[in-house]
Amino acid sequence: MGRYILNRLFVSLITAWVLVTLVFFLIRLLPGDPFLSEKVTPEIKANMMKYYGLDKPIHIQYATFLGNLLKGDFGYSLRYKNRTVNEVINQAFPYSADLGIRAVIFAAIAGVTLGIIAALNRNRSWDYLSMFIAIVGVSVPSFVIGPLLQYVFATKLKLLPVSQWKGFAYTIMPTFALSLHSLALMARLMRASMLDVVNQDYIKTAKAKGLSPFQIIWKHQIRNAILPVVTVLGPVTATLLTGTFVVEQIFAIPGLGKFYILGIQNLDYSLVLGMTTFYGLFLIAANFVVDIIYGLVDPRIRLAR
Amino acid sequence: MQTTGNAVTKEMFEHVGKNISQMEAIARPSITYWQDAWRRLKQNKVAMLGLIIIILYTIMAIVGPYMTPYDYRTTNTAEIDQPPSAKHWFGTDTLGRDLWARTWMGARVSLAIGFLAAFLNAVIGVIIGGISGYFGGKVDMFIMRTIDILYSIPYMIIVILMMVVLGQGIMPLVIAMVVVGWLNMARLVRGQVLQLKEQEFVLAAKVLGASHSRIIFKHLIPNALGVILVNLTMSVPSAIFTEAFLSFIGLGVVPPHSSWGQLAYYGIQAFRVRPYQLFIPAFFISTTMLSLNLLGDGLRDALDPRLRS
Repeated sequence: MGRYILNRLFVSLITAWVLVTLVFFLIRLLPGDPFLSEKVTPEIKANMMKYYGLDKPIHIQYATFLGNLLKGDFGYSLRYKNRTVNEVINQAFPYSADLGIRAVIFAAIAGVTLGIIAALNRNRSWDYLSMFIAIVGVSVPSFVIGPLLQYVFATKLKLLPVSQWKGFAYTIMPTFALSLHSLALMARLMRASMLDVVNQDYIKTAKAKGLSPFQIIWKHQIRNAILPVVTVLGPVTATLLTGTFVVEQIFAIPGLGKFYILGIQNLDYSLVLGMTTFYGLFLIAANFVVDIIYGLVDPRIRLAR
Repeated sequence: MQTTGNAVTKEMFEHVGKNISQMEAIARPSITYWQDAWRRLKQNKVAMLGLIIIILYTIMAIVGPYMTPYDYRTTNTAEIDQPPSAKHWFGTDTLGRDLWARTWMGARVSLAIGFLAAFLNAVIGVIIGGISGYFGGKVDMFIMRTIDILYSIPYMIIVILMMVVLGQGIMPLVIAMVVVGWLNMARLVRGQVLQLKEQEFVLAAKVLGASHSRIIFKHLIPNALGVILVNLTMSVPSAIFTEAFLSFIGLGVVPPHSSWGQLAYYGIQAFRVRPYQLFIPAFFISTTMLSLNLLGDGLRDALDPRLRS
């Protein structure tokens, strides 16, 4: 297990290094020199000089950049003096994380349940209904679902608050809109995995031993079928976190996505790049955690590598 | 048992001689792999519905903008935010532009980006995956480790970074999607090639002195084409989604050009008052993605019956 964790850690660190190096060189490809154009005020220029060391040779700039990131410093805004990426993250990330965690949990529980229902009722109406929900969920983007929910449940039926983030009732629609795609993906995967497991020899053995159908399904089928679904938790987290950009915009939630879109609209390159780096590193870390969990629950994985 | 009256007698039989040419004649026309797949696909009503919708939207994307006298770029301050009517079939936007024309011009952009990005990804993925799987050893090791690392960086993060650097527009969108979009296809093709290259027909080609590129492109890739095609179909909706997503957060197609994602982006600004401005593009994005997903599922079943579950 130790070797497996070290191996995964090594890969994650390399990935993180590739990402930040990519960001560093992409900054240099930006059209013109947005950091030192005339529109930028002297204070901000000073910030940029300090953070990027723009007056120094490129290898020192690179070292400065890596050093800053290692200290956990993601840079400055190009538009607002005194606003750092770290402040924006500290202020807004809790909202995004709150929404994201709710969506991950909901997508996992509902998706797996839907997949189980479909697999146990194979080729019957429950199966067709579940898979219909799943394929619609995969096909309809969150920026369609979100406004649709708002229109029906808030504007027309007046059951739920239209937008903002002030309590449980406010979280229902954003969570659902954000998680639908991942929920659908996991439902399809869980169904396929359940149908794969049902033909395995250990299920026959369990039947031969005379276990009740409930015990077979619960202890043998679901437990084994859920393993492949765990692997997609990493990519699903990535999809959900980038999905918050859109959902936060729709439901006026003061999370990172709002600042991200604002940064894009203001051409605030350094803010956008700093936040993108943060997102990238966060997701690489999340993937690492998922890999470790997968290694823990399935010994075959850590032995295979 | 009575057999009189209808007894089987020798006279009732007639000797039929062997007719070699007739024996060898092919009773029914032989069916190729692709004809067979097409026949199976035609029986799948859901997939055919998807195919028909895609063809319909493509035709509309070509002729739709000419069906109305209004231009997709011309603003008209006298007719802003009109609801759908006999005059403006899908209404007008906040600048008085006709939304029917903009929707179908947007269809051109969205569909073109989706198909182009998916196609380029497939071409690059097939070449790299084919080389990796065929040569194996150090080449394979190097390519696969590179893919592993690029794959660990979230796709959307790279696309957004590329868009920030390349600037907005249609070509930057395609380039940004292609930079890392080929990874999946490369992995898939490599797996296929690894399986296929051990088979006898490849050995036969080698014995006959075929070059590496001939074996890869004439023998291995055509045999993997079914899997490639299914993956290609499945990656079109995700490319369309990526375009819509980027346009929606303000990084995609910029006016006066239009795309479905961008129309949805402007539609959301005031959708509680004028829901049609959002729901029309949203309907087309969703039904296109749904149709392509259904078609992809159908193709998978038709091309590879083993995968049917």
